[in-house]
Amino acid sequence: MVSNQELSRIASQVRRDIVRMVHAVNSGHPGGSLGCTDFMVSLYFRQMTINPTSWNMNGEGEDLFFLSNGHISPVFYSVLARSGYFDVAELATFRKINTRLQGHPTTHDSLPGVRIASGSLGQGMSAAAGAAQAKKLNNDPKLVFTLHGDGELQEGQIWEAAMYCAHHKIDNIISTVDVNGQQIDGPTEVVMSLGNLRAKFEAFGWKVLETNGHDLEQLNATIEEAKSLTGNGYPIMILMTTSMGKGVDFMEGTHKWHGVAPNDEQLANALGQLEETLGDY
Amino acid sequence: MLEFDLSPANDTRSGFGAGLHELGQKNPKVVALCADLIGSLKMDAFKKDFPERFFQVGIAEANMMGVAAGMTIGGYIPFTGTFANFSTGRVYDQIRQSIAYSDKNVKICASHAGLTLGEDGATHQILEDIGMMSMLPGMTVINPCDYNQTKAATLAIADHHGPVYLRFGRPKVTNFTAVDQNFEIGKAWHIHEGNDLTIIATGHLVWEAVEAARELEAEGISVDLINIHTIKPLDEEAIVRSAMKTGKVITCEEHMINGGLGSLVAQVLAKQAPSLMEFIGVNDSFGESGTPDQLMEKYGLKSKNIIAAAKRLMEE
Repeated sequence: MVSNQELSRIASQVRRDIVRMVHAVNSGHPGGSLGCTDFMVSLYFRQMTINPTSWNMNGEGEDLFFLSNGHISPVFYSVLARSGYFDVAELATFRKINTRLQGHPTTHDSLPGVRIASGSLGQGMSAAAGAAQAKKLNNDPKLVFTLHGDGELQEGQIWEAAMYCAHHKIDNIISTVDVNGQQIDGPTEVVMSLGNLRAKFEAFGWKVLETNGHDLEQLNATIEEAKSLTGNGYPIMILMTTSMGKGVDFMEGTHKWHGVAPNDEQLANALGQLEETLGDY
Repeated sequence: MLEFDLSPANDTRSGFGAGLHELGQKNPKVVALCADLIGSLKMDAFKKDFPERFFQVGIAEANMMGVAAGMTIGGYIPFTGTFANFSTGRVYDQIRQSIAYSDKNVKICASHAGLTLGEDGATHQILEDIGMMSMLPGMTVINPCDYNQTKAATLAIADHHGPVYLRFGRPKVTNFTAVDQNFEIGKAWHIHEGNDLTIIATGHLVWEAVEAARELEAEGISVDLINIHTIKPLDEEAIVRSAMKTGKVITCEEHMINGGLGSLVAQVLAKQAPSLMEFIGVNDSFGESGTPDQLMEKYGLKSKNIIAAAKRLMEE
């Protein structure tokens, strides 16, 4: 098993990748990417059974992951590359013309690791529910994971999907919400209050767990608890509290870095805070 | 000529239901999803005989499109069922991102298209769906004309990899195409050879076009009659070949003229065989309540409207 210390080293490199990718094209979404880094690294390097080197769309016998908040593509691409789905050198093509690493993830260019396009929010849980039901039809015991932004929960389709998962007893799905309390126009509480998310999902028939999204010990223990609860006739939700921009002090805890790239000086400052552990792409 | 072995009149949606049920027996990868309209979509038989492959979604069409997209990951071929309005306009972005852009093998099966939905009125009578679906890259768009053709199309799309929009309707209509026909996606059906005038029709308007052609032929006007059941990919060759011969083309559809079959045919002909054209379809208007027949009459979609258009063209 990959140790917490090793996960932490990988996360530092992924955060470097994120800020470098976004800086290189002066566009992209660093805030949410940095906030979800510890979760994504934990999933891909410890929690999920994956088969990156013989990628296929159906993923039978593998755990599947659906990124519903597609704008945090930098962390997704970095984690996919660092876990072996494609060459890390390709991260340099992010958002550039003719790239497979489009601004928002797509299957259109056959990038290994991406199973559906996302970007227009609110659609990932539906797709994951379908994929989870296909696994059941195929008698495939592996799991389906999703990640959503908290602001994304303002989309009605999320609640259609939440109702569907509970009604159909889709108990091989583990969804996670990145509760960072921020969205483009400001704090979620100001823009459109989400209310009591635990009570909402419980009322929809989900088993709800809560975790800090940066404490690797607690985060991984929560994911493991979620896995142990699968197969019981209900879907599982992890409400994960994170700090947007985590790991780069001037980006942390604010919506201002949702979709803004650092300039040269800010990049240098950010990289000074993030140890290069696996080698920059 | 223009004589057919008629099967009993039936609704195209029942052709879909029969085709889907047959697919249930033939293809274990076919699954069906429905948004609270099992009876309307004639999905009862599939649900009864293949309950483990049938998924009730409730009144949540956006979720249905996403779930269907997800089920393709794992090798299934989902057929979604709801009214045409809720299969397209209501869920355009879900289809665009999760199905078309993601190249998912989903079959979007849409009933109660157009004015012939009848009394429910304009909220449910979508007349823009062919346009919306045709604009999506990679989407195949099919609008069959009767029960037999709809059943054949339903069977055919299961074997075609990629997203498909299959459009059919509510009322019982003349069932004149061959029983157990082979349906070739993208290949026009040349119903009748003629030299003076081309009539190109899709969906419920094909039978109206047949009746119009009979009358025109009786009056000595030779009609080249083509059924375009696949609007995308469009059989450009069949259209251009006919237009080169006649130079006069009428398109007929139970859909908005703007953005539908008429626009797409005109686009082809403007480049490859500029022709005089007339367009039978709804002209920039919503529908309303009424019987299907009253509505087709009021909005000018009957054989007599095709005949009048033909005469205008012949006088040019």
